[in-house]
Amino acid sequence: MIALLMRDLRLAMRAGGGFGLGLAFFLIVVTLVPFGVGPETGLLARIAPGILWLGALLACLLSLDRILALDWEDGSLDLLATSPLPLEGIVTMKALAHWITTGLPLVIASPLFAVLMSLPGAGYAPLVLSLLLGTPALSVIGTFGAALTVGIKRGGLLLSLLVLPLYVPTLIFGAEMARRGAEGADTTTPMLMLAGISAGVIALLPFASAAVLRVNLR
Amino acid sequence: MNLNALWEYANPLKFMRTTERALPYFWVAAVVCLVVGLVWGFFFTPDDFRQGSTVKIFYLHVPSAMMAINIWVMMLITSLVWIVRRHHVSALAARAAAPIGAVMTVIALATGAIWGQPMWGTWWAWDPRLTSFLILFLFYLGYIALWEAIENDDTAADLTAVLCLVGSVFALLSRYAVNFWNQGLHQGASLSLDKKENVADVFWFPALVSIAGFVLLFIALVILRTNTEIRARRMRALLARERLG
Repeated sequence: MIALLMRDLRLAMRAGGGFGLGLAFFLIVVTLVPFGVGPETGLLARIAPGILWLGALLACLLSLDRILALDWEDGSLDLLATSPLPLEGIVTMKALAHWITTGLPLVIASPLFAVLMSLPGAGYAPLVLSLLLGTPALSVIGTFGAALTVGIKRGGLLLSLLVLPLYVPTLIFGAEMARRGAEGADTTTPMLMLAGISAGVIALLPFASAAVLRVNLR
Repeated sequence: MNLNALWEYANPLKFMRTTERALPYFWVAAVVCLVVGLVWGFFFTPDDFRQGSTVKIFYLHVPSAMMAINIWVMMLITSLVWIVRRHHVSALAARAAAPIGAVMTVIALATGAIWGQPMWGTWWAWDPRLTSFLILFLFYLGYIALWEAIENDDTAADLTAVLCLVGSVFALLSRYAVNFWNQGLHQGASLSLDKKENVADVFWFPALVSIAGFVLLFIALVILRTNTEIRARRMRALLARERLG
């Protein structure tokens, strides 16, 4: 499983692997928002948590169809499925690799982007913490969506239609936590809910992803 | 009653024979209930003290909203039956129900908006109930789109069944997450069986009749659509056999 993880990471890092693409997309979203709503600091500060969360979510979404589609096309997914590794473990590793290449850079870079959005000083720690807790859930849910649509040609748009409604609870609690943090309010409740969603999703959803992947591979 | 007898209807032929015989009765009952419920509700109930005649949209709004949720539950049950017992009729019934559920959601949202404009002064508010209905509509859309996108029938049935299970969990989660996110404008439940603050009986009886009408209409439509799909599959099988032979 470690070897699989390292392979996926190496593939993502090399040229054409799309590493950093999510980050660039995040930067573009953050750059475009002030053009859309105007450059007033007060307004930007108020919508900053929501925009940063939405940007992270969209950046995650952008790279979802790469999780399984490439392995599906060149047949390595069939090889992985016939290997002694349980398919549940394989999809978990795929999700983890996706999180390390997309989610984690977003978490690390988010304070920088928060400066661009003039987030109030109190909001930085809750923002980073909420993204750290929430992005794993985004990756795992996205892997489920990718497993559902892996057999469909040009399934990218369908993938977003399937995955976005599933992202609603994560987004609500994540953005709420970041917003409360920026306003200096207590963030405990949304933080616990967000952590609960992530933990539940990581524990249960790989079984569903593996089940649909088995259907797609038969 | 022997519950095992129910599984006989997993045989498409038996299902079609029985339902086809019952279908006219469902149509007649549905039309009668809808006409009686709606005419009674629209013309023979008093206007509300404060809301005037706008209150009468209630007879469309409440049944369609109830159906929108219950159809999803029905799809969840039939998906489970498909996963556990692999009865094709069950998967087809879930497929047949989805577009009806989506239409019910749209009716509930549209009638709600039409009522909300004069009453709340707005077509749309990000109220928990409204928002969760919109999310439910997105779930219906995703489910239907996935059915349409996959060529192989059994693969499509399997994948949509799992999507329905996972989606149900997330839809429930969203329902309560949305509650947390915004306070509501929508009134509380007014048709509960165990509460004192229900609507008065003059409104309650016609509402009950039109709810029954919506349920019967849904059953008739599902039977029709399921049988159509069974026939379509038979045609495809026949055509394939002819090409071979």
